[in-house]
Amino acid sequence: MKPFIEVRNVWQEYADQVVLERLNLNINEGEFCTMVGASGCGKSTFLRLLLGQERPSKGEILLGGEPLAGEPDASRGVVFQRYSVFPHLTVLDNVAIGLELPRAPIFGRLFGAGKREAREQAAVMLRKVGLGHALDKYASQLSGGMQQRLAIAQALIMKPRVLLLDEPFGALDPGIRKDMHSLLLELWNETKLTVFMVTHDLSEGFSLGTRLLVFDKTRIDPHAPNAFGARITYDIPLNSDRHAQRAVIESLPAHIGAHLYGDTQ
Amino acid sequence: MRLINRHPDRGGRLLLILLPFALLLFAYFAGSVSRLAENPNDKLLPSASQMAQAVDRLAFTEDKRTGNYLFWEDTGSSLKRLGLGIGIAALVGLCLGIAAGTLPLFSAPLSPLLTILSMVPPLAILPILFIVFGLGELSKVMLIVIGITPVLARDLEQRAREIPPELLIKAQTLGASTWTLILRVVLPQLLPRLLIALRLVLGSAWLFLIAAEAIASTDGLGYRIFLVRRYMAMDVILPYVMWITLLAWLMDLGLRRVTQLCFPWFEGSKV
Repeated sequence: MKPFIEVRNVWQEYADQVVLERLNLNINEGEFCTMVGASGCGKSTFLRLLLGQERPSKGEILLGGEPLAGEPDASRGVVFQRYSVFPHLTVLDNVAIGLELPRAPIFGRLFGAGKREAREQAAVMLRKVGLGHALDKYASQLSGGMQQRLAIAQALIMKPRVLLLDEPFGALDPGIRKDMHSLLLELWNETKLTVFMVTHDLSEGFSLGTRLLVFDKTRIDPHAPNAFGARITYDIPLNSDRHAQRAVIESLPAHIGAHLYGDTQ
Repeated sequence: MRLINRHPDRGGRLLLILLPFALLLFAYFAGSVSRLAENPNDKLLPSASQMAQAVDRLAFTEDKRTGNYLFWEDTGSSLKRLGLGIGIAALVGLCLGIAAGTLPLFSAPLSPLLTILSMVPPLAILPILFIVFGLGELSKVMLIVIGITPVLARDLEQRAREIPPELLIKAQTLGASTWTLILRVVLPQLLPRLLIALRLVLGSAWLFLIAAEAIASTDGLGYRIFLVRRYMAMDVILPYVMWITLLAWLMDLGLRRVTQLCFPWFEGSKV
């Protein structure tokens, strides 16, 4: 089977600073990769490369066999630690906008039946992430945890193939963070998303991921700390039971499999 | 208790608000009474009744020559010029600000140009405007437009840059093109900031309007003030100044109300 995402000899350099060097990686579809490492070791840079916000200085990244688009687009959803939602829109419109933008190239919004339909779909998605009671609030009125729920709903409504999370729960209370973990796993189980998540929290990385990538510098020149970049020093498969469970369910006939997912919700 | 920790209570606050106004009025009328007692024909500090007479003459009596009510005619033409000038400046400033603040390819040529242009003193090029656009309405409106557009554009450019880049990237992952991103994310976030910027430039807009009217006009609030200056008619000038102040204050209040009404999310987003 061909890997879903191939990272081939990727380097990222800014001026005289090497951030990432000789990155080679194959990721299968449906993998949940958590990425950990010290500050400034290039995890977020790697996420920006996957997002298309930056382009690698050397090497290439293939998505489904094709070179990755050089700018952010609807194939890759993203949730940042902050500023992921539009403060000037209501919760409902924050999600509906994702259905409106691709279909309305001139006005950027739908009218009449199209708008109603988009809002209904958005409401379904919002109920799934537990925001059904706050549809008419402005995003700026939500608490941090609710904003991140909204940001996830916003990303998932696009049915992206890849979901990128840049320390999405870093600013949340421990209790709320736990709720978010179960929500995220539930959504990952339901969709066949490939997830990349940068985190500072090692236990979060271990408990959520099916694969843990550790970024670190392998070579350090004390006289020129920027001369060498980080590489992936550990690549640990995790939670293989979840993988197996998923594989079994996928091997079942479609109608039974769908029924099973319905039960787990 | 330290001064910094002392707050007026409700009644005290109202009193403190009214106090400076009362003092100003008292100082004026005390001066007026003492001067008029010495010389009843003194024109420098007219009494309230003299000003009321002047207002009655200009606002509620037909002008013998034209048959119009001069006060309202002046107000109408001034507000028309001001409204046109501010409207055009807001539109142009918004477009330039968005272009320079969101699109790097437009920012490179626009930003330095706007910085330089905003340094040109508008009143210094007023003669050029009169030469190019003639002495009609156009040159007066253009003075306001040229005077406040660069300021508006630079402010909005800065505000557009302050929109977190995460939001612009998020919009792209939701399928936005450059155009729809500007339409649905940048523009709605800048509109309340445009209204705030307009409140700040309102004073300069009035300044340019009155300067233009004083130099070349046949009606308008600024024209009237500079016309009656020749007769030292303070009984007309003072009510006109108060009227202009009231209009400016009402516009400021109106803009603030519109911001609160149309953009209820805005105050919350700043917290």
